[in-house]
Amino acid sequence: MTDVRVAGVGLTRFGSHPDRTGRDLFATAALRAFEDAGVPRGDVEELNYGNFMGALSEHQGHQAPLMAEAAGVRCPSTRYEEACASAGVAVREAVRSVRAGDADVALAGGMERMTNLPTDEVTEGLAIAADDLFEVRAGVTFPGAYALLATAYFEEYGGERRDLAHIAAKNHANAVPNEYAQYRTGVSVEEALEAPPVAEPLHLYDACPITDGASALVIVSEEYAAENDVDAPVAVTGTGQGTDRMALADRDRLARTPAADDAADAAYADAGVAPDDVDVAEVHDCFTIAEVLALESLGLFDPGEGIAAAREGVTTADGALPVNLSGGLKAKGHPVGATGGSQIAELTRLLRGDHPNSGHVADAEVGVAHNAGGTVASAVVHVLEVAE
Amino acid sequence: MSAPASNAAYDEWLDALADGEGYALVCPDGHGSLPPRRVCPECGSTSLAEEPLAETGSVETHSVVHVAGPRFADETPYVNAIADFGPVRLTGVLRGVESAPDAVAVGDRVAVGVEARATDGEPLVVFRPAERE
Repeated sequence: MTDVRVAGVGLTRFGSHPDRTGRDLFATAALRAFEDAGVPRGDVEELNYGNFMGALSEHQGHQAPLMAEAAGVRCPSTRYEEACASAGVAVREAVRSVRAGDADVALAGGMERMTNLPTDEVTEGLAIAADDLFEVRAGVTFPGAYALLATAYFEEYGGERRDLAHIAAKNHANAVPNEYAQYRTGVSVEEALEAPPVAEPLHLYDACPITDGASALVIVSEEYAAENDVDAPVAVTGTGQGTDRMALADRDRLARTPAADDAADAAYADAGVAPDDVDVAEVHDCFTIAEVLALESLGLFDPGEGIAAAREGVTTADGALPVNLSGGLKAKGHPVGATGGSQIAELTRLLRGDHPNSGHVADAEVGVAHNAGGTVASAVVHVLEVAE
Repeated sequence: MSAPASNAAYDEWLDALADGEGYALVCPDGHGSLPPRRVCPECGSTSLAEEPLAETGSVETHSVVHVAGPRFADETPYVNAIADFGPVRLTGVLRGVESAPDAVAVGDRVAVGVEARATDGEPLVVFRPAERE
């Protein structure tokens, strides 16, 4: 099996780009990735692209050929849709193609345009990642679904809003130096606690913002990197995916995310590492409670222990296990179809040492990225390691 | 916003729920699920029979939704809940209580029915506090 390297990463700034089309956002990210990689566009053998709600926000289906054209590549191109895990799945398919020898060079990533819709339509659009018949028609919103998870978690394990506020404050602090982040301002625990409610027990600063943005990665085989003198020190050594029942009400337990357990188990086994080996993590904190559920599924904390991790300083930038040094979805932003690629891009920068927050993880060798779709009916986990 | 897709098996289920005859589909191993369904999602059995829901359900989790999509614009704030009705859990809007987190607790008993959604009158699965037995 061929080893897989991240040759280059490209991001747009996450935020509000009301006058930029999706194709322009993805082209920007892709060109930055090619520049970072030093790989010619003509060598790309496939495009794996994530997007969730482009048919609603831009009235644009069939986006993969459009994005190939925008990025200046001509090759088999496929759009992956797995709600907020769309780009994670796209990256996973690129990794699988390179490993299988089907491609030596793949372009992977994603794009989402959201801020051009009014908030209520974005709320409605995001909700279509839930079961339309038994959840959306019953009043479940995206924040509301995570609020149901939060209530269930507090009931089973304990914890309170203040614990969640520490996660918000941590991730906002991490975003301040990140040039690609949507919010580069700190938020205090008290400010988070006093913010207006969205879906109680979750309030405004428990929720990720509405974001436009794109991510792109140039994924290559180790042989291609060696033969072409491409500097690609970070390897993707593990990939895993999990699936659960679609509706929250149908899950065995409401305070756990088994799809992410499965994805993590598979990715760790694939990489031959254990949770104890992980030095740094980027996890899918679309809501503060989601970071807690992610940390527990990744085996980084026991069930019921993840809630206090930020408050006790374990997952802060100076803690023993920094989590979401990019700012996370919470503060860096969450253009849903781009997020999975952005997490790998940020983790690559952190491990290479060229991220503004790399100093917090100077000796890190193993990183893990956790990307979730819907209320974690889909989950994708990747393990990245410093190979050189 | 486009019109809701027509879905006969779901509509029949909703009509039965409205008539106080709500049911779940149950396989020989006792796994419950909701229609339309040809295969038990837990064990793969294709032998599914209708069984009545429990008279009352137990609230397993809840939230108070303040920001909703256009179809629930006139409903906010509202309590959203998941309640256990025996073979299956149902998701619905809890009416008849104040829309506040401390007005509902895990373990509260609720009845289920179908009422009109405030914004457009479309059918909505609604829980109401059950009479104490």
